[in-house]
Amino acid sequence: MTSQVSRTTEQADGTVVGEQRKPGGVKAVRRLDRVIIRFAGDSGDGMQLTGDRFTSETASFGNDLSTLPNFPAEIRAPAGTLPGVSSFQLHFADHDILTPGDAPNVLVAMNPAALKANIGDLPRGAEIIVNTDEFTKRAMQKVGYDTSPLEDGSLDGYSLHPVPLTTLTVEALKEFDLTRKEAERSKNMFALGLLSWMYHRPTEGTEAFLRRKFAKKPAIAEANLAAFRAGWNFGETTEDFAVSYEVAPATTAFPVGTYRNISGNLALAYGLVAASRLAGLPLFLGSYPITPASDILHELSRHKNFGVRTFQAEDEIAGVGAALGAAFGGALGVTTTSGPGIALKAETVGLAVSLELPLLVIDVQRGGPSTGLPTKTEQADLLQAMFGRNGEAPVPVIAPRTPADCFDAALEAARIALAYRTPVMLLSDGYLANGSEPWRIPELEELPDLRVQFASGPNHTLEDGTEVFWPYKRDPQTLARPWAVPGTPGLEHRIGGIEKQDGSGSISYDPANHDFMVRTRQAKIDGIDVPDLEVDDPEGARTLVLGWGSTYGPITAAVRRLRAAGEPIAQAHLRHLNPFPRNLGSVLRGYDKVVIPEMNLGQLATLIRAKYLVDAHSYNQVNGMPFKAEQLATALKEAIHD
Amino acid sequence: MTDAMTDATDGLLQLVPKAEAKQSMKDFKSDQEVRWCPGCGDYAILAAVQGFMPELGLARENIVFVSGIGCSSRFPYYMNTYGMHSIHGRAPAIATGLATSRRDLSVWVVTGDGDALSIGGNHLIHALRRNVNLKILLFNNRIYGLTKGQYSPTSEVGKITKSTPMGSLDAPFNPVSLAIGAEASFVARTIDSDRRHLTEVLRAAAAHPGTALIEIYQNCNIFNDGAFDALKDRQSADEAVIRLEHGQPVRFGADGARGVVRDRLTGDLKVVDVSAENESEVLVHDARSPSPTTAFALSRLADPDTLHHTPLGVFRSVERPVYDVRMSEQLDTAVEQHGKGDLAALLAGGDTWTVAG
Repeated sequence: MTSQVSRTTEQADGTVVGEQRKPGGVKAVRRLDRVIIRFAGDSGDGMQLTGDRFTSETASFGNDLSTLPNFPAEIRAPAGTLPGVSSFQLHFADHDILTPGDAPNVLVAMNPAALKANIGDLPRGAEIIVNTDEFTKRAMQKVGYDTSPLEDGSLDGYSLHPVPLTTLTVEALKEFDLTRKEAERSKNMFALGLLSWMYHRPTEGTEAFLRRKFAKKPAIAEANLAAFRAGWNFGETTEDFAVSYEVAPATTAFPVGTYRNISGNLALAYGLVAASRLAGLPLFLGSYPITPASDILHELSRHKNFGVRTFQAEDEIAGVGAALGAAFGGALGVTTTSGPGIALKAETVGLAVSLELPLLVIDVQRGGPSTGLPTKTEQADLLQAMFGRNGEAPVPVIAPRTPADCFDAALEAARIALAYRTPVMLLSDGYLANGSEPWRIPELEELPDLRVQFASGPNHTLEDGTEVFWPYKRDPQTLARPWAVPGTPGLEHRIGGIEKQDGSGSISYDPANHDFMVRTRQAKIDGIDVPDLEVDDPEGARTLVLGWGSTYGPITAAVRRLRAAGEPIAQAHLRHLNPFPRNLGSVLRGYDKVVIPEMNLGQLATLIRAKYLVDAHSYNQVNGMPFKAEQLATALKEAIHD
Repeated sequence: MTDAMTDATDGLLQLVPKAEAKQSMKDFKSDQEVRWCPGCGDYAILAAVQGFMPELGLARENIVFVSGIGCSSRFPYYMNTYGMHSIHGRAPAIATGLATSRRDLSVWVVTGDGDALSIGGNHLIHALRRNVNLKILLFNNRIYGLTKGQYSPTSEVGKITKSTPMGSLDAPFNPVSLAIGAEASFVARTIDSDRRHLTEVLRAAAAHPGTALIEIYQNCNIFNDGAFDALKDRQSADEAVIRLEHGQPVRFGADGARGVVRDRLTGDLKVVDVSAENESEVLVHDARSPSPTTAFALSRLADPDTLHHTPLGVFRSVERPVYDVRMSEQLDTAVEQHGKGDLAALLAGGDTWTVAG
């Protein structure tokens, strides 16, 4: 959750807050305040689905949660290899949490590769559930295990649960008319059942889900249900699992309301649909499939009954071009992509700057340069978003900070685009896109009014008294030009990428006019009304940590740790990267030190240093993964004492 | 406007509001000074389009001209309609977004051989295959004019230009062949100097539901003067121009002495002297044939160097599903199946839980 004060410290390990024996039962139930589980297996093992289901169970139980899916770019990487490992990490708690967690308390490893790839992240004492059926000599040798880690003592420091998951699943499904191969495929549901038992998760949601998913294949649905229940029963009966755990709902951490779990891409798609409704404009999405943004296209294509038109274009350029064409016609034009697509769209975004039409350009950032790391996260497109166009082509840039915040960020991007008649860049990233967290579902009346007024008549009187329409006569407050859509009689006008005469919009090569228009377009963007930056500084710290985008969770978790350890530190997080909040300069000057952690090589720091002449320090990580809170806390502590 | 944007379900031009009063050519002239080179073929095309528009009788405010970059792409500035002079090669993509979201508009794309076939080739072929309701006027002068005289993707091999002092090396596109290959539902060719023919082709294109591509041979008197003289010169035109008319035998030359027949061995088309014996074998032009094969073969008759046997007219005009129509239908179907979108229900969908105070 993002709205909470720093009431709880996110400790490195879950804390045991109580233990009891169930009356009449033999198994102990331990109460924990939080748990981090990682499901890991081959990319064909269904780990993302398993993680998603456990997350849904956890959300409906009322825990706070944060997730981190991590998967290879290949659809089916070679089986049993380290690059083929797909994992899903889930952090859930009885209080508000900010990150998917640094180190898992529990690892579910479906094969030797999954164990090998993930063991390094596990603290000593963590529980490891392994599928022993997959630990054949050949499979182990494939990933470099000369001896079995299950037997050679290398896992002695952990709490190891060897479970023949495949055999048990096949056994449980022997009544079904399935081949062995088909039965084996349900082993992820067996694992899910076992974990659901271990953590007292509600199961109705998963059962309903399986029935829905396999509605056309009832036999498969029943087999998966049987595997799921067998996993649960296995936990309850086998002696190997002596303890189960309870993590109470995070009731006090949440403001009153109705909640659901939501990923960043889904929240963004909903934000776009909502913006269209609130603006009273049809939504038009022009998009070309690209990881990790495609899910927004998929989601919006399902909502045609909202008047949403989705156009899968022939390329990235056509995607943004069609969106701009729709915007010319009075639609809320949107294009969604990732960094490589932004590079291709640059010229059209420049045209939108020149045409001064509203347009939303969504960049779900991934590792770069070039194709880079398609399924990994990074925030290295900030300078591209700011400056990646020819000429002076200023574009507002905003960034969501958490998966659920993508909804609000979409509304804010639409507000700016519509009010100021400008393309707006929204920088999400792979971590926000695929990660999820609880979201308080807003009441419609809480949402902003985004309605716009199209031009309807002449707006200028010539010297001879003739009433005319001038497409570039600006609103004196916002400097926005009128939006006159085709179909409006009397306002026929021609606009283009060539420099225009101030006011009339006719082609002009006049040097003084060009200088004026360049400065006016810049002034329009600089003058956008954005809220002041809020600083969280309860203790009068001397060091400020400043972030933007998806680093909000890890930075806030690190700040909590430092404060709990008696280290004062101030925190501020930017939503608006262009223009910056008006008070940013004075905020920065109020601290002896400013530290800027980023998943790039210091792009925000470059902007801050250039604009405010502040000696901001960068802390950078570009490994395709979000920051870990502990590592960030250590780095910030060093910065404080440097 | 809003109603047409969301509720239109069928028809094409009939969705575009009609003008309230009778229009004249003057109504379509904007207040901008036309700035093509004196003698440019573009003037004739502009006059033909401005002269034709009143015949359509559409409300001027519901007509949009979208262009890319190049000499031809200045066209929208001179039309007193809505217009956008966009960026190089992208007009079909921009117009696709506009036409797809606004079915109450008549959307025209003006482009050139460099704009449409080189930098924008991808958008052109995809617009054609989608069959969006667009009318694309491709001004082909076989040269880059605005950048002052480099060879274009329709220039003949060996073209000596500023960028090819020893002659160009790449084989040209035949825009009509390309369009037919790209699944175009309407393809025609005409020429700047024949206003009557140009107008006839515009009329046919305007009436066509879906994407219409009109290749207009246009003379650049500065950088490629006389490129189409073979088709204009009274004497050479007899041998050079084949007028295509739907339902008519494909005959040309003085008194129709020449004709197009199918080669019995190869199935290809060839030009013959028409005689009493072979007259019955002369191909009868069928622009509405479901198969594009013969239209394609007709497009290959022209010699790219001499322009001999260049067909002018409508090669192909077939009806097939129109992209923006189908998209609107999907939107209507979605409303029928799921009801009009309910935002509160959408946001609250899925598994939820409630935190009480």
